[in-house]
Amino acid sequence: MASGRGKDDALLGPFGPSPRRGPYPDMVPGKRRHAVSNDPRQRLDPYVDQYAARARMMLASEIRALFAVAARPEIVSLAGGMPYITALPLDAVGELAGRLVADRGAVALQYGSGQGDPGLRESICEVMALEGIRAHPDEVVVTVGSQQALDLITRIFIDPGDVVLAEAPSYVGALGTFASYQASVVHVPMDDDGIIPEALEETITRLAASGQRIKFLYSVPTFHNPAAVTLSAGRRARILDICRRSDLLLIEDNPYGLLGFDDEPPRALRADSAEGVVYLGTFSKTIAPGLRVGWALAPHGIRDKLVLAAESAVLCHSSMAQLIVREYLASQPWQEQVKLFCELYAERRDAMLGALEASMPPGCRWTRPGGGFYVWLRLPDGLDSKAMLPRAISARVAYVPGTGFYADGSGSEYLRLSFCFPEPIRIREGVRRLAGVVEAETELRDDFGTWGAGRSS
Amino acid sequence: MITDDRVGGPVAELGHVLVLAGGLSPEREVSLRSGDRVRDALREAGVDAGEADADAALIPLLAADPPAAVFPAIHGNSGEDGAIREVLALLGVPYVGSTAEACRLAFDKPVAKALVASAGLATPESVTLPRETFHDLGAGAVLDRIVARLGLPLFVKPARGGSALGAGPVRAAGELPAAMISCFAYGETALIERFAPGTEVAVGVIDLGDGPRALPAVEIVPAGGWFDYAARYTAGRTEYYAPARLTETSARAVAAAAVTAHTALGLRDLSRSDLIVGPDGEVFFLEANVAPGMTDTSTLPMAVEAAGLDFGVLCRELLLQAARRGA
Repeated sequence: MASGRGKDDALLGPFGPSPRRGPYPDMVPGKRRHAVSNDPRQRLDPYVDQYAARARMMLASEIRALFAVAARPEIVSLAGGMPYITALPLDAVGELAGRLVADRGAVALQYGSGQGDPGLRESICEVMALEGIRAHPDEVVVTVGSQQALDLITRIFIDPGDVVLAEAPSYVGALGTFASYQASVVHVPMDDDGIIPEALEETITRLAASGQRIKFLYSVPTFHNPAAVTLSAGRRARILDICRRSDLLLIEDNPYGLLGFDDEPPRALRADSAEGVVYLGTFSKTIAPGLRVGWALAPHGIRDKLVLAAESAVLCHSSMAQLIVREYLASQPWQEQVKLFCELYAERRDAMLGALEASMPPGCRWTRPGGGFYVWLRLPDGLDSKAMLPRAISARVAYVPGTGFYADGSGSEYLRLSFCFPEPIRIREGVRRLAGVVEAETELRDDFGTWGAGRSS
Repeated sequence: MITDDRVGGPVAELGHVLVLAGGLSPEREVSLRSGDRVRDALREAGVDAGEADADAALIPLLAADPPAAVFPAIHGNSGEDGAIREVLALLGVPYVGSTAEACRLAFDKPVAKALVASAGLATPESVTLPRETFHDLGAGAVLDRIVARLGLPLFVKPARGGSALGAGPVRAAGELPAAMISCFAYGETALIERFAPGTEVAVGVIDLGDGPRALPAVEIVPAGGWFDYAARYTAGRTEYYAPARLTETSARAVAAAAVTAHTALGLRDLSRSDLIVGPDGEVFFLEANVAPGMTDTSTLPMAVEAAGLDFGVLCRELLLQAARRGA
């Protein structure tokens, strides 16, 4: 094959840009993945110009790539908020699920109603009673995790450009949903007692003055994700009052309400405002996220829209998953199980707080959660948690950079640590590694800190 | 030499092979996508191909069920720095691609630049410094001299690593500290290059036993102007031209440059060189990759397709060559 070729031909061989010979004769010709044309341009995604505006921001990201590494057992992941499912009575759940199919398979494996199983909705009302809520099963819509409830609420309220108020920081999954409906998110600051009423009022006034339409306030009032603070009892009344006076709907997202370590569950905002609050709940933390059973409790008008929206989104929810939850609540000592979860998480929180106290360098500050899954940590000045993440992954520890919890690109000085999944010994090791990472990054900041400020090219 | 595909042909001879993908570098996700693609293409080409991660289960797996050959598709540290290949050699498992020794040279970008420059290729002027130097001598004073010497714009990247992680352009001096901090998050040594404007091309080189040959160059035109991680791995974010829109002369020049780099670095079987064709046609070498990306948005599979070759058959032939060569 090599006969008669000049030097250049030897370099280019049969692969050259304009091959005079075909490819190797005995090689199977290449299969074109797209229609053959003379255009050398490779349209890797031929639909790239056809996507809706809301899909254009959906990009591959380095952070996601780093999380692919964080999932490996070699890495101590303080990133994900995975409940510690191993602590569930899995045998009992298995038996219950098996019986369900054997005895009531014709129902469990059939289509169900768009609003959700009536028996489950009754049980949900009993669960919410623990937080002071009095509700009727008619007002409940079962959803695919509370994430779907968020999606449906956003779908029925938000036109592109409408404003959603959210705490600063706010739950990353909610921000993603708001962005996908092209909402404009405006953050309202928090302190150790949760969202600041004066700041909320000021924001509402300012936005109204500039003619913007605020559709709702999205809040995680109890054991906040990621800020790990809880709206104080005194402030709950004030926030409800501000919303009432401003005709502002409040979306109360409460996945962690029953996961308090010290006191009785805080009284839900919805308990004191049936008309002004849509309450979102979930069994993801009290039972298991793999079942994907959550709900929305909403005033009648909103409830009707949610049911219609749910039907167009998923037709109906999984009957099987709903019946497993219903049976579990009816036949298992689920409140004792939640108590067991709380004890386990409290031990892990203590492990994390102890390790942070023992090893973090000066300049770091963090919250001391009374429940939930997270600690929110502020880095020493000038450090960027997103830029630091690769170093952490190299040191085999992972966290979530703060920027994901803000819609406006701020938050780089914060990071979220979760203590729900790793064993205490792993938590201590992870925090120890993180401390080393922060120290190394601080040294870099000191070395490069202010050089170049004020220079021009 | 390409073998044919008749009865008793390569598939029967090859037997079971293993694609290695994953690893613990930040390029894990990319590697998994590369590995899946190679495995699937091999299966389509009739090969009994499995896939494994580079973790504690790997050595027992290789010992229990030795594959005829391994196709390493691990990127970044351990995949491209020679570590995994050293282990494969230690275990006596044949593999596709460059030896551990060659990988160590190619993966270190400053070393590769020096070797390739000795072979006569141009490469952008650069400075390579470890983090401690900035710390010990004062970052400001060192950066001042770098900017004075190389001018602006610059390009900062970790001396070792891939997928543009920790790498970025610096247009103004004020952007330099943040670029250095991002770079040092991925590695202990920084390569600071004078930015080379021009057409960016990736040129694959394949050697099936009759000498290294260049595949058609693939031209990269990122939508945002800079070929960062999102541009690389979001389908449609970047336009690729295969073959590149180059003059015949430039096409020959980049093909020759990629083969020269492949040879100068002592690479084997396959490689990919990233090159810039300057406004006056001069070709600059940026870096060489011993485990080039094989994802749906990677340039090497595009080049293979543009050459009219079947990707799976090519991977199969490389494995067969490795198996015959032995460990």
